[in-house]
Amino acid sequence: MRPRIPVGSPFQLLLLAASFALAAYAGVRLLADDWFGVALWFVGAALLHDLVLLPLYAVADRAVVRGLGAAGHREWVLYVRVPAALSGLLLLVWFPLISGTVDRRYRSATGLSPDGFLARWLLITAVLSGASALLLALRLRRARKRRPPVAH
Amino acid sequence: MTWSPFSPGFWRSPLRGPRFTSALGLVLLVGITVLFLTGLVSYAAYNPDLSPVNDKTPDKGILGFYLFAWPTDPHWLYRLNQGVHVTLGITLIPVLLAKLWSVVPRLFTLPPARSLAHALERISLLLLVGGALFEFVTGVLNVQLDYVFPGSFYPLHFYGAWVFFAAFVAHAALKTPAAVRNLRRLRQEESSDLVAPRPDPPTVSRRGALWFVGGGSLLLFATTAGQNFDGPLRRTALLAPHGGAEPGSGPNGFQINKTAGYAGIVAAETGEDAWRLVVTGRTGTLRLSRAQLARLPLHSAALPIACVEGWSTSDQWWRGVRLSDLAALVGHDDPADVFVESLQRRGAFRRAALRGNQVADPRSLLALYVNGEDLSFDHGHPARVIVPAAPGVLNTKWVARLTFGEL
Repeated sequence: MRPRIPVGSPFQLLLLAASFALAAYAGVRLLADDWFGVALWFVGAALLHDLVLLPLYAVADRAVVRGLGAAGHREWVLYVRVPAALSGLLLLVWFPLISGTVDRRYRSATGLSPDGFLARWLLITAVLSGASALLLALRLRRARKRRPPVAH
Repeated sequence: MTWSPFSPGFWRSPLRGPRFTSALGLVLLVGITVLFLTGLVSYAAYNPDLSPVNDKTPDKGILGFYLFAWPTDPHWLYRLNQGVHVTLGITLIPVLLAKLWSVVPRLFTLPPARSLAHALERISLLLLVGGALFEFVTGVLNVQLDYVFPGSFYPLHFYGAWVFFAAFVAHAALKTPAAVRNLRRLRQEESSDLVAPRPDPPTVSRRGALWFVGGGSLLLFATTAGQNFDGPLRRTALLAPHGGAEPGSGPNGFQINKTAGYAGIVAAETGEDAWRLVVTGRTGTLRLSRAQLARLPLHSAALPIACVEGWSTSDQWWRGVRLSDLAALVGHDDPADVFVESLQRRGAFRRAALRGNQVADPRSLLALYVNGEDLSFDHGHPARVIVPAAPGVLNTKWVARLTFGEL
């Protein structure tokens, strides 16, 4: 006897069938104009996130953990990770404005100056990193005070 | 085998586990539901079933099943709805990224499918993840005027939302019960494929990681929300497109969506000698100069400009002729729809329709003045429409022609 292909829960199958039907109804309309471009964006967004963005930041994080670990300061990781991730997050979300790729349209449409975004992002990054460095310095000082010198 | 992502030992973070994923999942369950509902409301605010010129998605079919006549009360309705939609969407980005990070080992599950239902669920997950990223990316790009996506924003974001929501509802129905169970079961050993079998020593607790995600959301919120208020609050929106400074000073100094230059308005067409407002209705056609309009009974209304891009101004003090008075001039004492045409050369809404209830509202004006001064060129001189609770683009600037009656 050949092994039977397992089907799974009928509730799940019905739910997914309904979901696919609705997705297909909207999907044919979504793909009506430029099906290739839209499909590329739809699938590309998922692939770019899962296979490029996520591995990149995971590898960067692991490098920081390993690097500081090798130096014997694994507990410093957060002081690097938090400001770097927050700054990177702002860059990711506001990349068109910060990088200046929409400068001309932005100025012409809104009457606003596009010049401040890069400077403001850099300032926020500086404040986040500076605050993190300050907290680390305070922590180190406190640790030194609590541990009196070993020998005189 | 630990060098292959298909091997469980490859994934080392001690943070991953059902409780971490469940916490993020429940935040997204609430957040994305609000995003979807405010999106539907925003779509209805354009009155797409009123006239083809308002409808950027003419083949919507049953997806427009819920459409209703957009009200004019409260006058801040669209401002609130759209502020919530865009600000919340931006605020949820770190939660979405963290959620995707927490389940990424499942992308590499072997065997690819255990059953037919499991195979279908994994296909559905492509719609879920692709759809979520598609919606967030098109939204984030559109508010920054970066129109690189393949087509017009309205149909892409609208139909994309329905594809995403179809997968989202199925996912929520399949996973929410387990997510709630996972969170109720405090301090119990977790056994799940998400838990790393050989975890690295932790650098942060799960609670700490959740605070970190929340901190990212808070930072985005704090640097975005201010673009919905005039004055010092706007300056707090450090990176948002309409944060920071106002485009000018004085009565006309508030935020502009599209300047006269961008819309292709030529000064020669708007001068006192050249510009005439053409008003058409049951009894014929009138041509009114700006001076003639200014001699009609003038009324005031304090109304905001609220843009689909998720920024708005505080209430501005507009003064002009009531749309209902203009309708009466051409024989429409009853509530009549109006077809508005602008001088602008470019723009998806250079022609737009307003419904009878919007025309009839006494605060709906063809404004000539704002905050006690003549309208500036960029705010629609010689005359612009302003209607309570209407999306910004339906408050047509540089109005050339008003046609009252059935559309």
